[in-house]
Amino acid sequence: MSGAPTLQRIAQGSGLALRAGGSWTAPFAARLEDIVADAEKLAGSRPQIFIDVSQISKLDTFGAWLIERLRRSLTHGEVEAKIAGLSTNYASLVDEVRRVRTAPAVETTAVTIGGMLEQVGRSVAGIGDTFVGLIDMLGAVLAASGRVLLHPRDFRLTSTVHHLEQVCWRAVPIIVLITFLIGCIISQQGIFHFRKFGADIFVVDMLGVLVLREIGVLLVAIMVAGRSGSAYTAELGSMKMREEIDALRTMGFDPIEVLILPRMLALIIALPILAFLGAMAALYGGGLVAWLYGGVDPEAFLLRLRDAISIDHFTVGLIKAPVMAAVIGIVACVEGLAVQGSAESLGQHTTASVVKGIFFVIVMDGVFAIFFASIGM
Amino acid sequence: MAPAFSDAIIRVRDITVQFGSTRVLNGLDLDVKRGEILGFVGPSGAGKSVLTRTIIGLVPKVAGRIEVFGVDLDAADPAARRAVERRWGILFQQGALFSSLTVRQNIQFPVREYLKVSQRLLDEIMVAKLGMVGLRPEVADRFPSELSGGMIKRVALARALALDPELVFLDEPTSGLDPIGAGDFDELVRTLQRTLGLTVFMVTHDLDSLYTACDRIAVLGNGKIIAAGSMADMQASQHPWLRQYFHGKRARAVMG
Repeated sequence: MSGAPTLQRIAQGSGLALRAGGSWTAPFAARLEDIVADAEKLAGSRPQIFIDVSQISKLDTFGAWLIERLRRSLTHGEVEAKIAGLSTNYASLVDEVRRVRTAPAVETTAVTIGGMLEQVGRSVAGIGDTFVGLIDMLGAVLAASGRVLLHPRDFRLTSTVHHLEQVCWRAVPIIVLITFLIGCIISQQGIFHFRKFGADIFVVDMLGVLVLREIGVLLVAIMVAGRSGSAYTAELGSMKMREEIDALRTMGFDPIEVLILPRMLALIIALPILAFLGAMAALYGGGLVAWLYGGVDPEAFLLRLRDAISIDHFTVGLIKAPVMAAVIGIVACVEGLAVQGSAESLGQHTTASVVKGIFFVIVMDGVFAIFFASIGM
Repeated sequence: MAPAFSDAIIRVRDITVQFGSTRVLNGLDLDVKRGEILGFVGPSGAGKSVLTRTIIGLVPKVAGRIEVFGVDLDAADPAARRAVERRWGILFQQGALFSSLTVRQNIQFPVREYLKVSQRLLDEIMVAKLGMVGLRPEVADRFPSELSGGMIKRVALARALALDPELVFLDEPTSGLDPIGAGDFDELVRTLQRTLGLTVFMVTHDLDSLYTACDRIAVLGNGKIIAAGSMADMQASQHPWLRQYFHGKRARAVMG
């Protein structure tokens, strides 16, 4: 390796001569910047200015540019600073950097309160667009379903079954495990608090109503939004990024029909099944804890369960499931198709898909609660 | 091994690469000499990209030995490896620009990571590199998704050259460029090799590139180098694939 870079002033009457030496290369860039900044202070009106580069042992773009920068700042009025002793090896490199125009400034946007408020305003105004987007997608999916009903041959059974395997069959273990644990926790907490006033057995009522009517389906829907909604968004988003969706369209296929309909249908079939399995697992877990921890034996548990809950609770839970699945699916597909060219955009939309999916699931649950209460179910 | 190859910047000995039960490279030897432009050709699927990726260290090898800048990459500790990685630049086939960074940030990224220099110098170097690859500074604040295919190639080359490497790997640099653009690119590689003293390892299918830019050509077939030498050697070779490649209709058109 050649030595560190140097820049010496050689006395030359009223003129200025600088001699550069050593290795003017990228590894020394920081030091070179300092050297050049010091030398720039020598600028002033002089009859002639030279930069002698004959002693430079190694030069690359960094060094060549810094010499050029120095040359430009020393150039003063009519007196142009000249580079002397340039070897032919490096001549073309120096010519190359001589053509560089001064860099355009970086566009920096300072973080201001005004800017932050503007961002908030834009997000709020964007809520309207979100709804329009969702309704647009709902319409497109319904129209595509209509077309498929008229021409059942266009229905993509293989694709639907494939997605059903992904979102339903493969989700069973984790959903069953989590709902089982939730059932255990509800039961344990119920017994612990109800025991204070000798109402242990009422834990069965609480468990039955909560699991079958509210928490069971809600939890499963949230898990599906996180597991499958995000997957849909990421799949569609990366297909969009790589122009696969455009390719599909140019071949005369409707992306809604080919990509989105099978996914939506798979989700709508899967969620009630998963909600049912989840509810059973939660009841099983709750019953187990009630027996082992609360001393409610299985026979008494089942007897009490039969009295406490009606088929209505179960129906209410299952009616909600497909609607929630549709909401999750539509949100995921809208976000997937909104992905722009960058990896960052894919991440943002996948996050948005899960967050919005869960939000709408909870809103739907509230709407259903009011609805069922008012029809007395 | 004898130090007879001391001028070899890349030394590959007896490399074997296997995916499952398919053997892609089978006991391959290759030397790349300092300061040359090596054109690397071979049928599609012969493993040209695999060899490149193996040298860079992205594909694991079953057996063999790779030395770059005289450093054995398997034996090197992480610091030594990093030092080697700082001295090479890689142009991937699809550009592999960071999609969430602008052109400016893409080119400045390696410089910013390795050198402590001012933002001003970063910007100036970025403009210089864009100029070298024939782009105007106006594209600096565009995102990769807003660039054409040829521009992506050029920006990716600018990024590969950001730290003034001694060695660059180019994976099909001229594919997807118009003939004029491809010609400019060859010229550019030549110029850079002359000015910066680069060594270039170029995987290509572009006969024009082979004629105009490359000093030496190596041919890959059946997992080995079947021939290496100058253009004249290639044309004189009796190997059936080489005869077809260098005496085919397209080759005759290029040679005029």
